[in-house]
Amino acid sequence: MKCQKCEKTATFHITELTGGKPQELHLCEECAREYLTQPDSSDGTPASLAGALAQQLAVGQTAADLARLDQQACPVCGITFFEFRNKGRLGCPHDYVCFEKELDPLLLNIHGETRHVGKHPRRSAADTDSQTQLIRLRREMKEAIAAEDYERASELRDEIRQVKEGTG
Amino acid sequence: MELDELVRSSGEWLRGSGPQSDIVMSSRIRLARNLADYPFISKAAESDRAEIERTLHDAVVKASASPHLQYLDVDKLAGLDRQFLVERQLISREHAESEGARGVAIDAGEQVSLMVNEEDHLRIQVMHSGLDLEQAWEQINHIDDLIADHVTFAYNERLGYLTACPTNAGTGMRVSVLLHLPALVLTRQIEKVFRSLQKINLAVRGLYGEGSQAMGDFYQISNQITLGRTESSLVKQVGDVVPVIIDYERRARSALIQESQENLHDRVSRAYGILRTAQTISSEETMHLLSSVRMGVNLGLLPDLEIPTVNKLFIHTQPAHLQKLNGAELGTADRNIERAKYLREHLNKGDGKSSQN
Repeated sequence: MKCQKCEKTATFHITELTGGKPQELHLCEECAREYLTQPDSSDGTPASLAGALAQQLAVGQTAADLARLDQQACPVCGITFFEFRNKGRLGCPHDYVCFEKELDPLLLNIHGETRHVGKHPRRSAADTDSQTQLIRLRREMKEAIAAEDYERASELRDEIRQVKEGTG
Repeated sequence: MELDELVRSSGEWLRGSGPQSDIVMSSRIRLARNLADYPFISKAAESDRAEIERTLHDAVVKASASPHLQYLDVDKLAGLDRQFLVERQLISREHAESEGARGVAIDAGEQVSLMVNEEDHLRIQVMHSGLDLEQAWEQINHIDDLIADHVTFAYNERLGYLTACPTNAGTGMRVSVLLHLPALVLTRQIEKVFRSLQKINLAVRGLYGEGSQAMGDFYQISNQITLGRTESSLVKQVGDVVPVIIDYERRARSALIQESQENLHDRVSRAYGILRTAQTISSEETMHLLSSVRMGVNLGLLPDLEIPTVNKLFIHTQPAHLQKLNGAELGTADRNIERAKYLREHLNKGDGKSSQN
């Protein structure tokens, strides 16, 4: 079994009894030491999120399931679920769509609801797809520049301009 | 507005006015918003951050979200100035300590602050003195609308406003009230209050310092849930519980007086005595003693002092404020000497009433 926080083999199996149901954690020696010596949520992850994450992982997931889930990446911003789990922060608005199946139980755990009933912007987003597309195109352009593929970068720049004009 | 002009005042949340201001210091609401066409901060490249900063800076100015807004480039501010803004509650500690393009717009009255590139692209904050959540909500709702006319926020029909951390999704709203609860701490009832608040999904944390022992006995109560409730119901949830806690605190104060008026008066007077005579004093001890003094003033035990004076001392004796007032960077030992000097000057002049007397 792999450590829930890194790629090493989990040799420590901790049952956390504080707050609600018991939670099982599977960690390597290094991460276990860190976990056990750290005061609560010192990594900046809100306690409620950390708890919800730990609980979610504890619910009947095999190591193989977990590994598969961790490797899933958002096609727009590139964040993997592993990265999110570690940092407690998402990478872009599209994550809420592409990780919907994983995030919904988490939202339910934190808020007790998965449906917004509050205010909405007066001017609702005309076309969220093209907004999301912009995030992806900008990222691809940066990657093209990094790879010194300037031809591709300039194509992407034109595409970004078109999308921007379209959403005006 | 220059930063230095703020130094001599004490900010909205310590004005000491508004309903129930003997116990409720301030009411604060913040909204988390993100631009729909950029990644969240954790995945934003340096160039993204710069563009987000420019876009939101423009939007905030164009929307004239609040009169007399001053925009500060936090990345270019000196460390001491950033610390000063943290002590003033105008930016968060994370915002002060992070890196890269980021800014804050502050209104002259220090009620409104708009942080750009904090955990989310935009964090709107409105702070009112005393217990005044409804007005704060009205004001922040209006500011949010004005800015939304100039940019497109990440919003999903089902999940509402999308935020970097799922704990803020939906309304993106955190409603919080800052309370001064010295009697509940003295009578060891504060833990009980915490536990009952946690049961109804409200979070409690100390204002300064870590752990449950808040420095100066200041506690912040806020909603934990942001999704699946309307903004008004969140305002109501926090607003409804505050009078209950105020009542507990008042009862604890009465109990202290009944138990032994002499002991309480002694405690308050000794605290006042140390503050008036100390030659060197830490920020922690100052907060601790000022808390007793503040309660003493509210109970009529120190007729020479007024609450605004005490409130001002709370903020002006913080490390960055002290250094700004001195016009020089000071090490801990020098700060402790300057702090004692400042306290002596302000608590021993004339009858101790606020400065105009």
